[in-house]
Amino acid sequence: MIPTAQAAFRRLFSEIGPVDYVGVEERVAKYGTRSIKKSSKLFGLKMAVSMIDLTTLEGKDTPGKVGSLCQKARHPHDDPAVPAVAAVCVYPSMVKYARRALGEDTPVRIASVATAFPSGQAPLKTRLAEVKSAVSDGADEIDMVVNRGAFLAGEFQRMQDEIGAVRETCGEAVLKVILEVSELETYDNIRAASFLAMRMLRPGDFIKTSTGKTSLNATLGNHQVMLEAIRDFYLDTGTPISMKPAGGIRAAKQALQFLVAVKETLGDEWLNNTRYRFGASALLNDLLRQIEKEKTGAYQAPYYFSEATESY
Amino acid sequence: MPTLTERKPARPNVRSAGRPAHELIFGDLWDFDPAPETADPKLKPRYDLFIGGKFVPAASGKYFDSINPANEQKLAELALGGAADVDAAYRAAQNARENVWGRMPGRERAKYLYRIARLLQDRAREFAIAETMDNGKPIKETRDFDVPMAAAHFFYHAGWADKLEYVAPGRKVAPLGVVGQVIPWNFPLLMLSWKIAPAIAMGNCVVIKPATNTPLTAVKLAEIFLDAGLPPGVVNIITGPGSTGGLLMAHPAAAKIAFTGSTEVGKVIMRSVAGTDKRMTMELGGKAANIVFDDAPLDQAVEGIVNGIFFNQGQVCCAGSRLLVQETVVERVVAKLKNRLRTLRVGDPLDKNTDVGAIVSRDQLATIQGYLDIGVNEGAELWQPPCRLPAKGFYLPPTIFTGVTQSHRIAREEIFGPVLAIITFRTVEEAVEKANNTPYGLSAGVWTDKGSRILKMSTELKAGVVWANTFNKFDPTSPFGGYKESGFGREGGRQGLLDYCKLV
Repeated sequence: MIPTAQAAFRRLFSEIGPVDYVGVEERVAKYGTRSIKKSSKLFGLKMAVSMIDLTTLEGKDTPGKVGSLCQKARHPHDDPAVPAVAAVCVYPSMVKYARRALGEDTPVRIASVATAFPSGQAPLKTRLAEVKSAVSDGADEIDMVVNRGAFLAGEFQRMQDEIGAVRETCGEAVLKVILEVSELETYDNIRAASFLAMRMLRPGDFIKTSTGKTSLNATLGNHQVMLEAIRDFYLDTGTPISMKPAGGIRAAKQALQFLVAVKETLGDEWLNNTRYRFGASALLNDLLRQIEKEKTGAYQAPYYFSEATESY
Repeated sequence: MPTLTERKPARPNVRSAGRPAHELIFGDLWDFDPAPETADPKLKPRYDLFIGGKFVPAASGKYFDSINPANEQKLAELALGGAADVDAAYRAAQNARENVWGRMPGRERAKYLYRIARLLQDRAREFAIAETMDNGKPIKETRDFDVPMAAAHFFYHAGWADKLEYVAPGRKVAPLGVVGQVIPWNFPLLMLSWKIAPAIAMGNCVVIKPATNTPLTAVKLAEIFLDAGLPPGVVNIITGPGSTGGLLMAHPAAAKIAFTGSTEVGKVIMRSVAGTDKRMTMELGGKAANIVFDDAPLDQAVEGIVNGIFFNQGQVCCAGSRLLVQETVVERVVAKLKNRLRTLRVGDPLDKNTDVGAIVSRDQLATIQGYLDIGVNEGAELWQPPCRLPAKGFYLPPTIFTGVTQSHRIAREEIFGPVLAIITFRTVEEAVEKANNTPYGLSAGVWTDKGSRILKMSTELKAGVVWANTFNKFDPTSPFGGYKESGFGREGGRQGLLDYCKLV
């Protein structure tokens, strides 16, 4: 008997359990009411800085722009108490420029979105070749997109085999699997896809919400569903999978709410940049601005922060 | 504060050989600083009785103290009302009823209710803080639930006041007269509002006694009545001990009495008015079953369990104090529940991050602790998350009991505290049997992914409210009340209004 898509979904859902949309939204609304002040706020803000994958994914990216992004990543602010960010995240063609800018001996890692980002609509052979080239150009981490078409058709084996192939191609590089939550549409599907991906990953590999290239990106709701999947998977298997929300997180306040969710769902061991990252660009300067505000009591003008796009 | 690099998650030191190596650590790597709500609750040192639109001292001249259960400090003293004061209050109410309120058109009465609702919204923060200080419940609950919901009841019933001809289609309705009301300490302002609003919207006048432990927001609401220009005598507030409540219920001038409180006291009141033609509504105790089936969304169910029994420290008549879990998922549910409880923050109710505050009084705390002993002595297994409780004040960590059966006292009696009894079941029939095997019937919860099962359960469970895939949800439009010994009569919605009128 040929397994139908419906049977495949039924089997998977009954294995991992359903998610109630209303309940999730109610849970995450409580994160927004946590009041984080003074030294705990400062700690949270600096922790968020250290977790950023500082990202530029534009058609108009140039070696020069990537170079200045790398400098910002290494040295976000003049305040020496502000840590470097976790990584820069660029297209594969830009990896070698990032490596040139950062050098070999640097705490800032280089992540690259390979596998025909953001749609993934290229032959597997092409996608693997892209991963291979990014890794050989010096990428430490690979952000891949899953085959949503295969997932939605119930072809879970194909989706997982592709993740496995990319993982093998990565070699030592850390793998981040982008589920592209907006194209999965339901929380049940997001939970299901998280489990399928995690079963193919090594400890320290990531699951990631989205590419940032569609209308809906990381929200507290889909983030919570993925955190709970990571928690259940860890308690069942002992394999700790890392988490990366991406897209749409622009304000420090949002970042703190995401971190509260991590603190209260996965606990202290996920509050570091090997277990948790933010895929963001504008977020960094808002975090720096809030850090300055905590220290001086006043908001600085945007032009006091390098690489600021907004001004008066 | 240590820097980022210095801080490492603190692993538990002792790990016995049998335990699995992986568990979550909810430590203080990133601790939250205190975030106390600091606005002024605007409390006076002394409050008198509110009779006939004026604050007047009690005939006895005596006062009693109201203390803050979070730190045992005195907040204010209140007039100790007695028989003479109750008489005076009923006279004022009758006078208002005959000369002003009863004659006023509904659309005019509505204006006063709208005004009260808006004034309460204007002073929401002040009322939330006063309520938290008086009762011990967390500020996030008073701020996000008690006060907004109290205002919502005035708004909702204001909307009804000029549409009373639609309450009972085809019939005409008339107010009952003067209504005597006694309310408990668990939702002082909210109970006050959902008792007063329907009564006065319908054209009745009210004599009401707030609980002895928590009278502050009631006398503060009297200030709002004055500001709103509510005609004198429409609402009269008598503070005092339980015995004064008894006088208020038994008073011959009361056309109807409405009581919310324990089943025990409810029975005493009903005995005292037996043989009179008083109307009654009683909203009494509960021992609600929260039923989790194996196909339920478990993480959201756990959230609902927490909300069901630890909301307001479990001091809720409709609290989901019995958790019925299908056998196949009980281990998973209990494990998830324990992890969730590890992240609850117990402590200063005025801190905006506090999830579980203080128990209302020393007596109540002793009662609950007595039940913990009973549970342990009867062989149930007690579990509490590790938490640091403040040195002063009446605190109890969230508590769960596993290995509980229907015959355990902790599964039969209303504890009225943050204590959950976990019972298992195998089939749907068994779940219904166990859920209904109680003298109470106020509320129930059903957690399942199967819609048809929700409908089946909601018809078979003998409870006034059945929540599906949620718990402790309230709305002024939705009638609330019990089956069996949980009382009779409904509050809220059209049904609630019907209990404050006669059909002519």
